[in-house]
Amino acid sequence: MNIARWAAIAVTAALTAGCAPSTADPTTSADAKTGTLTVWLYDEADRSPKEKVLADAVHEFTGQHKDVKVEISYIPTDPGPRAEKMKGAFNDPASAPDLAEFGNTDLAGYVAAGAMADLTSAIGSWDAAKDLPQDVKDAATVNGKMYGLPWWVGVRALYYRTDVFTELGITPPTSYAQLVDAARKVRKAKPKMLGIAVGGKYVFGALPFIWDAGGDLATESGGKYKAAIASDASKAGVKNYAALFAGDICPPEQCADLTGGKTVDAFAAGLAGMAILPNSSRGKVDAGATKGKYGVVPLPGAKPGSIAPAFAGGNDLGVLKSAKHRTLAIAFAELLASKKYQLAMYDAMGNLPTLSGARGAVVTKDKFLAPFVNTMSAGTRFVPNTPAWTTIDAQTVVPTMLQKVVAHKATVDAATAEAETAMNAAFGG
Amino acid sequence: MVSTAPPAAVDAVRGRRSTAPPRRRRGGRWTPLWLLLPAAAVMLPLFAYPLYQLGLLSVLDFGQEQVSGGVPTRYVGLDNYRTLLASPKFWDVLVQTVVFAAGCVGATLLVGGLLAVLMTRVWAAVRVVLSFSALAAWAAPAMTGSTVWMFLFDTNLGLVNHALGLGPHNWTYGKLSAFALVGAVVVWHSFPFVMITLYAGMQSVPGEVLEAATLDGASALTAFRRVTLPLLRPLVTIVVIQSVIWDFKVFTQVYVMTGGGGIAGQNLVLNVYAYEQAFAASDYSLGAAIGVVMSLVLLVLTVVYVRALHRRDGRL
Repeated sequence: MNIARWAAIAVTAALTAGCAPSTADPTTSADAKTGTLTVWLYDEADRSPKEKVLADAVHEFTGQHKDVKVEISYIPTDPGPRAEKMKGAFNDPASAPDLAEFGNTDLAGYVAAGAMADLTSAIGSWDAAKDLPQDVKDAATVNGKMYGLPWWVGVRALYYRTDVFTELGITPPTSYAQLVDAARKVRKAKPKMLGIAVGGKYVFGALPFIWDAGGDLATESGGKYKAAIASDASKAGVKNYAALFAGDICPPEQCADLTGGKTVDAFAAGLAGMAILPNSSRGKVDAGATKGKYGVVPLPGAKPGSIAPAFAGGNDLGVLKSAKHRTLAIAFAELLASKKYQLAMYDAMGNLPTLSGARGAVVTKDKFLAPFVNTMSAGTRFVPNTPAWTTIDAQTVVPTMLQKVVAHKATVDAATAEAETAMNAAFGG
Repeated sequence: MVSTAPPAAVDAVRGRRSTAPPRRRRGGRWTPLWLLLPAAAVMLPLFAYPLYQLGLLSVLDFGQEQVSGGVPTRYVGLDNYRTLLASPKFWDVLVQTVVFAAGCVGATLLVGGLLAVLMTRVWAAVRVVLSFSALAAWAAPAMTGSTVWMFLFDTNLGLVNHALGLGPHNWTYGKLSAFALVGAVVVWHSFPFVMITLYAGMQSVPGEVLEAATLDGASALTAFRRVTLPLLRPLVTIVVIQSVIWDFKVFTQVYVMTGGGGIAGQNLVLNVYAYEQAFAASDYSLGAAIGVVMSLVLLVLTVVYVRALHRRDGRL
């Protein structure tokens, strides 16, 4: 017997002897119709308006369901703590919630962890479901099954400084070339400002440029993903984004390590002529020096008059596989995602509704949303909806690639080739 | 250690053999073993069991799917180690970590040692101020210290850029400049331990030994090099090993100050790399393999260092 075989036997013996690393039993859900329904929602910078909406919803829900209490906890939104919290829930079903809110890019990883209940049939029989746009449904679907009820969406568009643009006689850009031109003019006239705030760690800011050039992160065929980041089209997109990291627009020394959040800060503080920000950044910008001095247009594509495809961000509500109140959890999720509460959440938090009807209603009410809705109508895109994306995201494959290019540590060819290898390793594994 | 080592070392310096008769051994040959039992009862559950789990995890295929998804745990032999050792990035990061840790250890010992000497030479009041400020740095949690230093060195609003009139200079943009900044914080956090330990050691050097050296015509420097330093050797050994272990395992300062490893991962060290590749990505078995490799590297470094000392002196 060789050493490897001895080792295998020893490990098998250890596993059967119960010294193995602990695993949680993938508990099948129970379906109690009374008791306490536990719900985890994302904490927000100012969550009191959200709490008020939830209080109304809980009141309505407990009125309809006798002997039911709803207990809502707010969990951290930052990627690290959020992941720890959710993994803890997966590993210990006894302390897991029945219903949870999560970002749609996290879903595939949660599904692979065996944590989410299949909601396909429940959503299929929900009256409001026909009002959900297909791209929104796709983002909540993994391997053909829906695991999330889309609650709200967010897209990014181009914020610009109306005062600076008027002063310099520039019009909001309607093509990539105009964007570059406007950014240079701003920085030339105001050397303390970034022409446009872009970040080497801002993946969702870079993706529209890659998609607009006809590239993509990966392509799917038959459920198998293959990286496409080193294709000619993707490389052209990376080059377009990287070209903004120039001394006369957004110097790499200042911009290479910016995240999306930091670009919001820079624009809100009045340190940038433009920025690519989501509709939900409005509150933060209004709280800064830029308040009342900005406008929003869709992020232009290379072709004059076109809109660069935006990333379809958003949050879902999902029922955990270990839930003890499956039916109640689905009913409460459907109540929160109903038109009434989507509109209430818009008023409270500025989250864009997922239901077309509700979206139409807020757009006619609020002109600020027009560029975001136009961006959505032009078609949005999504990251590869597979658990491998969670790995690629955690290993910072795309930010590393972008930073190598913008900080001139590698050529576009070398950086994208390296990212392609890393992605394919994750897809294949 | 502090109280027992110097008298023996003093004998060594004086070139005199200890004349005390060897103490008669009491009890049977098993006595040392059962005397070790209480320590073992604490150490085994606290150290051996986690180490065993770490080793076990590293030969399994164990991710979030296995923890909660009901996917069976599989024995994969040395696959995790093969993946790791075949990755050129791992080797880059390993070399980077060793060089960075060596730099930090050297700087910590230099700063801590010089300040310890300074403490023996200044007025009591100055000494109190010095030790209090060092203790404050020591007591500051790594997270707080790193964050405060980043405020000081902030690109746009930092006091340092303002004071130096540098404009929006980004200290973490260049690889070396980022490592130097992080290294400064690591040293700032760890020199007080070295300083206090060595100061305590210097205090216990008997005055008559130094007086004898002076009478023999030794200069202050020679007395320090030939008398104080040899007497401090056991302490220096301990602070070196401690510093090597601490600085090799540094995580918080790098993670916080360079935003998870710097621009395009240029400032990655092994611990941050393990966190990113394995734990953030829920690949616990690969993370365990990195942990085992780190432990082995530290073990080898420590053994080599202790052996080298032993060979030079014949004893510690």
